[in-house]
Amino acid sequence: MVYVIIKELSPSADEVIIVTSSLMKDMTSKTDMYRANAIRVLCQITDGTLLTQIERYLKQAIVDKNPVVASAALVSGIHLLQTNPEIVKRWSNEVQEAVQSRAALVQFHALALLHQIRQNDRLAVNKLVSSLTRGSVRSPLAQCLLIRYTSQVIRESASNTQTGDRPFYDFLEGCLRHKAEMVIFEAARAITELNGVTSRELTPAITVLQLFLSSTKPVLRFAAIRTLNKVAMTHPIAVTNCNIDMESLISDQNRSIATLAITTLLKTGNESSVDRLMKQITTFMSDIADEFKIVVIEAIRSLCLKFPLKHRSLMNFLSNILREEGGFEYKKAIVDSIVILIRDIPEAKESGLLHLCEFIEDCEFTYLSTQILHFLGIEGPKTSDPSKYIRYIYNRVHLENATVRAGAVSTLAKFGALVDSLKPRIFVLLRRCLFDTDDEVRDRATLYLNTLGADGAVEDMKEFLFGSLDIPLVNLERSLKNYEPSEESFDINSVPKEVKIQPLAEKKAPGKKPTGLGGPPPGPPSTIDAYEKLLSSIPEFANFGKLFKSSAPVELTEAETEYAVNVVKHIFDGHVVFQYNCTNTIPEQLLENVTVIVDASDAEEFAEVASKPLRSLPYDSPGQTFVAFEKPEGVPAVGKFSNMLRFIVKEVDPSTGEADDDGVEDEYQLEELEVVAADYMLKVGVSNFRNAWESMGPDCERVDEYDLGPRENLAEAVNAVINLLGMQPCEGTEVVPSNSRSHTCLLSGLYIGNVKVLVRLQFGIDGPKDVAMKLAVRSEDEAVSDAIHEIVASG
Amino acid sequence: ELCPTIKNILLLDSEGKRIAVKYYSDDWPTNAAKEAFEKAVFTKTQKTNARTEAEITMFDNYIVVYKFVQDLHFFVTGGENENEIILATVLQGFFDAVGLLLRGTEDKKEALENLDLILLCLDEIVDGGIILETDANVIAGKVDSHSMDAGAPLSEQTITQALATAREHLTRSLLK
Repeated sequence: MVYVIIKELSPSADEVIIVTSSLMKDMTSKTDMYRANAIRVLCQITDGTLLTQIERYLKQAIVDKNPVVASAALVSGIHLLQTNPEIVKRWSNEVQEAVQSRAALVQFHALALLHQIRQNDRLAVNKLVSSLTRGSVRSPLAQCLLIRYTSQVIRESASNTQTGDRPFYDFLEGCLRHKAEMVIFEAARAITELNGVTSRELTPAITVLQLFLSSTKPVLRFAAIRTLNKVAMTHPIAVTNCNIDMESLISDQNRSIATLAITTLLKTGNESSVDRLMKQITTFMSDIADEFKIVVIEAIRSLCLKFPLKHRSLMNFLSNILREEGGFEYKKAIVDSIVILIRDIPEAKESGLLHLCEFIEDCEFTYLSTQILHFLGIEGPKTSDPSKYIRYIYNRVHLENATVRAGAVSTLAKFGALVDSLKPRIFVLLRRCLFDTDDEVRDRATLYLNTLGADGAVEDMKEFLFGSLDIPLVNLERSLKNYEPSEESFDINSVPKEVKIQPLAEKKAPGKKPTGLGGPPPGPPSTIDAYEKLLSSIPEFANFGKLFKSSAPVELTEAETEYAVNVVKHIFDGHVVFQYNCTNTIPEQLLENVTVIVDASDAEEFAEVASKPLRSLPYDSPGQTFVAFEKPEGVPAVGKFSNMLRFIVKEVDPSTGEADDDGVEDEYQLEELEVVAADYMLKVGVSNFRNAWESMGPDCERVDEYDLGPRENLAEAVNAVINLLGMQPCEGTEVVPSNSRSHTCLLSGLYIGNVKVLVRLQFGIDGPKDVAMKLAVRSEDEAVSDAIHEIVASG
Repeated sequence: ELCPTIKNILLLDSEGKRIAVKYYSDDWPTNAAKEAFEKAVFTKTQKTNARTEAEITMFDNYIVVYKFVQDLHFFVTGGENENEIILATVLQGFFDAVGLLLRGTEDKKEALENLDLILLCLDEIVDGGIILETDANVIAGKVDSHSMDAGAPLSEQTITQALATAREHLTRSLLK
């Protein structure tokens, strides 16, 4: 008992010498229990020096005859591997011996420890696995471990499925017939998770899982159905044999099992079983909680997209459950599903829209009502008989709260704008809305009546009223704040359209799952906002005008050097400012008066005008220094700049943090940096490329063909051109399907001088990987179109 | 990390309050987080019947296997990719070992009176997340040899244990 208490308190080794010395005595005592527990406690409170003292005893303990002692030492070894790996690695001979032990659990622990010691050495792991798969493994836990290691080895060995069976597959398949259920299940799961597994390889695993489905133990049923669910996502056909068993699981006591069964069936079901499935699900839905219901809804949605002919029954099902009780998230999921079905299955549109209309008649969630009204406004006018929906919408104007009423007014106006035949009647209805109690409603009604009622309502008006706002609201807000009242009115086109996506924090994910997006980038915050504030706060740069573009940080030093420097290029109309972000990684140095000497002999059009040094750069706190160049206005000048970091270095006493008074001047060479044409291009996307292309007109169009020479593949060539031009790919055209021989890429951007540019690239790849490209540019200024071609020609 | 790991083992009473718990993972750094988890897992499993067979559920990206007896609720938690059957084996080991240690009377009062045995039991099943032992007899045997230190003077044991020892000696001598 005392041992448990010591472990809980876990003091550090130097605090409790008495405890540790008595524990060390216990380690050599005759009673095995004392030895085992003493080992465990000591290893938890030990540090490096104490560990070397007791190492001898630990090594003896690993090969001790008593399994309790041996297990204690091995498990402690596994924990110690985190903190003192070098010491534990010295025990590998003893651990190897322990793997051959007769005691079941000792083998398990020894195997775990040995694998962890050797896990970076792929060959050693391979050998370990091969010897044990042929030998005998005594405990089911050790067998499970072995199966996991085997899967790892299979994954890492180059998978050539051409050469017949994978290595070790026979071993895994043999495990399916083991006595212990945990081994059978582990083997079945391992087989289903193999990379690129074939149906033939899957069959024995699925058979075993099918047997588990009808077990009396809920744990087995759950484990089996969860694995089958995952398999069904990639190999639905392989799982269809289990359909009957899964259908009986729908009424299982354990709701998790039932939900998993339903979702799996929805993936593996075929068209004929859909009706039967729907009937069963209807009774089932009332039993389960909201969170499960949402899972089922999403499965139904994918099922409907798979079998579009069944849309009628599935749509009826969805609208029925929409009418029942339910929470907001649940109803939102159903509405989203119906909307997606309407969009993707044209035949379902009429019935779907009617279902939605009936729903808003007594929907208690304002958010959903407004969303549906908005959607009706988009889709309704396109149907064959829009007037059907008018009644539903107009009722909203009378019966609901202000938000919904306002939404209804907008929708009515949309109908009126897009369907000429209904216009007079819509106007009558809108006029009645002018007497509403809420001012938003009255404002909207007035707006629509006046703009649409005017003679010759033009396309532009409709675009203005009903077009979508392409600009992210964050950027709009920022630009409005920056806008100062002056002669010029606020230009909405100048609002940057790209959103700097905040990088998500990395998810803790074990082995096989893909990790989340990388952690936040180092260095100063990189929003345009921050840069503008920073630059305008420096008096020398304040009169450069509006910042056009800031590039991403470019490293000017290799990793792990004494001073880490990266540069951000800020492009103004007539100037370029280089912001050097410097970090000093030497604790014993303090840098002062840090400047960058820039040699611009390779960049004739640039002239240095100002430089702002960094007063002090202590250890590990990044700072910025700036150099500004003048360039001819409006011209996209390019050039190479070589950089040298110059500073005064003072020695710092690390313990006190005080710096000497004298310093020595020193220099540090940095890499070159280039200003290229892509720096003058802002990535601005357009949502409808075709419209924009047509409206731009062919006056300033330039078309030319280029031979890009031999390339690795089409995707590489496409990426190279996109990076060269620095423009934004639209409508997902930067993704090149593998093995395609030709590709069209649509790019758009904003050139310096606020000139909109659109580029259409057509790529073709022929036999010996020669890539040819046809470039068509349209912009508002023909000089710019010429410039784009220049860039490509010289790049 | 391929070794099967246990995240926590919980023994709660019929109202969801702690009797004995042990956490082996940093997923619940504060005591408040731990108590919130215990409450959540208890409410989720309250209505189910896990008396004949071990039941299983999944929430918050954890797999929880559980079993109830009288007014004691046993839970074992693992990560979402863990082998559920391994977790069930650990649960069964813990469940049966406690049954052996409480000598048949498995209810809250008995558990609280023998809390030291239960804590020892938890210590012998999992060490820092790694499974030490799953056979209930071996576990109970280890706990027993812990508490009944051979040669420890009788005065060091608690009164109940002393009575128990005396009772056993008596029955043994009677049966001879």
